[in-house]
Amino acid sequence: MAEKKATRAAYGETLVELVNEGVDVVAVDADLTGSTTTKVLGQEYPNRLINVGIAEQNMIDVAAGLSLTGKVAFTGSFAVFGTGRVYDQIRNTVCYSKLNVKIAPTHAGISVGPDGGSHQMVEDISLMRTLPNMRVLVPSDYMSAKQAIRIAAAADGPFYVRLGRAKLPQVYGPDDIFELGCAKVLNEGSDVTIIACGAEVNESLEAAKLLASQGISAEVIDAFCIKPLDAETIIKSAEKTGAVITAEEHSIYGGLGSAVAEVLGENLPTKMVRIGMQDTFGTSGSADELFKEFGIDAESIAKAAAKLIGK
Amino acid sequence: MASCVTPDGIKKIAYSASVMRYDIVDMISKAGSGHPGGSLSATDIVASLYLSGIMNCNKDNLDDPRRDRFVLSKGHAAPVLYAVLAQIGVIDREELGTLRQLHSRLQGHPDHLKLPGVEVSTGSLGQGLSISAGMALGLKMSYGSEAPTVFTLIGDGESQEGQVWEAAEFANHYGIANLVAILDYNNLQIDGHCSDVMDVSPVTKRWEAFGWHVIEVDGHDIEAVCNALQEAKDYQDGPVMIVAKTIKGKGVSFMEDQAGWHGKAPDADQTKQALEELKATIAAAREEMEA
Repeated sequence: MAEKKATRAAYGETLVELVNEGVDVVAVDADLTGSTTTKVLGQEYPNRLINVGIAEQNMIDVAAGLSLTGKVAFTGSFAVFGTGRVYDQIRNTVCYSKLNVKIAPTHAGISVGPDGGSHQMVEDISLMRTLPNMRVLVPSDYMSAKQAIRIAAAADGPFYVRLGRAKLPQVYGPDDIFELGCAKVLNEGSDVTIIACGAEVNESLEAAKLLASQGISAEVIDAFCIKPLDAETIIKSAEKTGAVITAEEHSIYGGLGSAVAEVLGENLPTKMVRIGMQDTFGTSGSADELFKEFGIDAESIAKAAAKLIGK
Repeated sequence: MASCVTPDGIKKIAYSASVMRYDIVDMISKAGSGHPGGSLSATDIVASLYLSGIMNCNKDNLDDPRRDRFVLSKGHAAPVLYAVLAQIGVIDREELGTLRQLHSRLQGHPDHLKLPGVEVSTGSLGQGLSISAGMALGLKMSYGSEAPTVFTLIGDGESQEGQVWEAAEFANHYGIANLVAILDYNNLQIDGHCSDVMDVSPVTKRWEAFGWHVIEVDGHDIEAVCNALQEAKDYQDGPVMIVAKTIKGKGVSFMEDQAGWHGKAPDADQTKQALEELKATIAAAREEMEA
């Protein structure tokens, strides 16, 4: 099995690749260039990494200004600061003017671990998803993170790319191609659909194995793009299985679970269970411990799926 | 000090500024809402910037990446921006009457996606200096010593926002010399005088302490404002702050230095009086110009 890698590990190095390919990329970070890995860009191209110090509001709007001069501007920091603290800058400047700024902070979700609830962002998808002009990508491993960054760089306008700190098993190989608005069906099944994003994709694949051992056939979908959401793939799968579980390292309010519920509610009302943070903040612990603690590990997903279909 | 604009040029700007003040009051009156006080305090500054030729930005080069840029950080003063865009022919004066109406390009606060000449949407205070610093830095990356200049107008009340000071330290740290900020120092905000609500003084010392070159000027003396703008554009050692002392509501007797006129439209009688006063100012400015 391939070495585990964090989605954040794709960040700095993909930006370097893009510059090498002639894309006019600039990253703006806020004293976290080592943690976000944008430091790698600064080592190769010192002028293309702008460190604003611990000043996240300035970070977003400096990126906005850079984009207005033709740069493809990426922002860093941790997801809790890089979206929550700067929501107004993202709303009123980046999205309202539809600027070519890519919000790509790292350390999203509870897999941040020991730093605790103050640093575990579980409302970011919700915040970013409601913004007009914003697109939201949640890669589930290193390879898909590289592609998410490339998709964001290639398309004009605002993007949110959700990146994490935890090392994750590799789900994809170099030949897997991602597109904006397209989910990936990873495991075909007929009894229940599990739609996941980020670190929960691997947990869902593990859950499908547990379910298979109980004779339950689970379809696993990596949503990848939360906005625009791949409604067609979701509806098609729900039609087949008649039962949908969503799994995300995020609040059950406003994130992937809500997005899927909106699509199914309007098109094909389907019984559902949303796996995620149940209206609570995170806490200190290891990522593995926290996934169990908050019921978003493979076993919890499998249990919820079996219960949903009455088995 | 020799003036960078001819005496005739200054008289022309003064005349245009008087027309802009008329347009500002007229459009806000027609809209039934808006922000006259801070638009009128900034009128001479904005007129000087666009009409003196110091800022290389006009209706024919709005798509030229090498143009100078202006960011109205205090976005509620949108009427002054629309009034000057009418002066340089980006919009027709008649369109000013659509301010704040449904489907108008002249939104309550400037909208980058709706109106050419609006470099970025503003309205949420405290952001324009950061955006301008980013623009100036991006232009420096692209054009080096030939980089265009970015001008931005911020309010004194606005500078209570912490982000303004994040931008201040940033522009100094990165030595962004093609950035010129102008402070519309009218000492009024919605709730009263800044010195009572949240004192922003000593303004000059604060900006100097952040490493900025500061130029103090009477914000209603067009010749002095033009000279300050030219000096600031020429200054190559770092960012420049022009502290422009102004009077909120300038040009309309009953609006001057009154916090109550921050964000309120005049009623019919008040409009009549204001426009009569401003017509007299226009006539005097025309006479001066044609003398």
